Amino acid sequence: MLILRRFLRDVPAVIGALIVLTLVIVAIFAPYIAPRLAEAFDSNLMMRLKPPSADYPFGTDGLGRDILSRVILGTRPALAASLIVVLGAMVIGIPLGLIAGYRDGWVSETIMRVTDVFLAVPQLVLALAMAQILSGGIWSAILALALTYWPFFTRTVYSETRRVRSALFIDALESLGASRLRILTLHVMPNVAAPVIVRATAGMGFTILTLAVLGFLGVGAAPPDPDWGLTIAESRQYLPQSWWYATFPGLAIFIVVLGFSFLGDGLRDLVDPRLRRSR
Amino acid sequence: MIGFLLRRLVMVVPALFGLLVVMFLLVRIVPADPAAVLAGDNATVAQIEQIRQTLGLDRPLYEQFWLYLTQVLQGDFGTSLYSSRPIGADIALRLGATIELTLVSLVFATAVGMVLGVLAAVRRNSLIDYVLRFISVGGLALASFWIAIMLQLLLSMHLGWLPLRGRLPASLPAPPHFTGLYLVDSLLVGRLDIFVASLSHIVLPAFTLSLAGLAAIVRFTRSSVVETMQNDFVAYERAVGYPQRRIIMPYVLRSSLITPITQVGLMFGSLISGAVAIEAIFDWPGLGFYLVQAILSSDYKAILAVTLVIGVIYAFVNIVVDVIHGLVDPRISQKG
Repeated sequence: MLILRRFLRDVPAVIGALIVLTLVIVAIFAPYIAPRLAEAFDSNLMMRLKPPSADYPFGTDGLGRDILSRVILGTRPALAASLIVVLGAMVIGIPLGLIAGYRDGWVSETIMRVTDVFLAVPQLVLALAMAQILSGGIWSAILALALTYWPFFTRTVYSETRRVRSALFIDALESLGASRLRILTLHVMPNVAAPVIVRATAGMGFTILTLAVLGFLGVGAAPPDPDWGLTIAESRQYLPQSWWYATFPGLAIFIVVLGFSFLGDGLRDLVDPRLRRSR
Repeated sequence: MIGFLLRRLVMVVPALFGLLVVMFLLVRIVPADPAAVLAGDNATVAQIEQIRQTLGLDRPLYEQFWLYLTQVLQGDFGTSLYSSRPIGADIALRLGATIELTLVSLVFATAVGMVLGVLAAVRRNSLIDYVLRFISVGGLALASFWIAIMLQLLLSMHLGWLPLRGRLPASLPAPPHFTGLYLVDSLLVGRLDIFVASLSHIVLPAFTLSLAGLAAIVRFTRSSVVETMQNDFVAYERAVGYPQRRIIMPYVLRSSLITPITQVGLMFGSLISGAVAIEAIFDWPGLGFYLVQAILSSDYKAILAVTLVIGVIYAFVNIVVDVIHGLVDPRISQKG
């Protein structure tokens, strides 16, 4: 429990954990928490573009929908989509990293050269192009992001596996006749898990941000989804009068991403105290 | 140094070629029949077939790829399906705008970020340090397209201090083309009015674009300086009685700025990504804006071309950063 006590002393990390926990709870119970569920989707032109008030704390949007309820419901697609992206990237990236790190020769070389291809362009640019080619929409965006994010996991796992491979216990296992699959899954993987978890945590926040950009640029979620990036894009035609329209979804993105990066930093400090960001 | 450069080129060229292959296959295999899309809803089968033949879409895939590859190597990216202009010319026209925007952001983020990072390290655990540390995490969590809209709302729409969009007001002509950077070109022909106008237009987009990089630079400079200051030589200089300033300026800075310099290279990737949304918001006529337009009009040839050009720029910048890095720290280029 020493590790838990050390984590609890790291104030930003605890704040991050609380934000992420709140996000998960809000996302699960969103329909029960949203104060005006019906008014989140049904347009009501009598009520359009009302500034924040006691009844509508975040105001209403261009179709008279309650922005607070839509921001709350927006936690669901944001969390679900980025979870799928990160898990998908891990499913592709981790095995490739293990194989490339454990073996030598052309197999390893090929895998690492393929990661070079996907890292030759900034991820957002490649994801944007791919999402459009895959015909747009939220599932294309998710697929495009997963397909462009896996090399980061491969790189991490690759260098960690290289480090573990030279350890004496691996030699011992090999001489005992353990199969390669057994060594990789039961012995190497647990040893490379920590940096992968750190990367995945920070990656969740990063992916939420990227998904918001894709939604904003029109290749992610489509109306009437309560997607945060999409809402900010919709708000632009009502500026400068309706300042609240873009403000609150943007704040939601900021808080959530901040939560994941605080948590990710805290986990990294636990895993690798040498990298501790500040003393 | 030359061997080092060659090794980097040998790594980069296959990666870019692979990118070309992946993107080409995606564009050719996944979407609906481009000939049918181009012909429109009312086209007859014969018309579609004719378009397919003129575009060479009826030939085998490898032949199409070979044709495309030889064209690209000659700088010919084909004609944009919608603007009906050569894509290469379109891109050349917009390259200057993107380079100007990213360069100004890069310089701003690096200069301000390093100063703030050193400040935070020297005043460790003071109020300033805590504020800067929050900014350095918060800046990375901000959606740049959101902060762009918020600043636009406040500074352009409400206060009217800065122009809302574009590179120049409609009343001013673009300066003659030397570098493609309006800030430089306007000075070269001595038009101070154009210089001031383009400066006021670039402030908002460049500032919003720089925020994420600024945050990263502050963070890395701070931790690097903090680490250096724990070295024995600093303790020695303190003991000998050097004043703080004379320790920090020449000695600590020189040995602790290597880490932030590598960050500048990484930062360039995030600048290019950020520029896509920022250019679209500020109607900044650069590559990112062009990419968004190509995407919204399903102009696959243009999407492919912009992706490749960004890949080439990205590779070039990374090599330049490696060379600078090698000059600052000779251990790196020798190790290989």
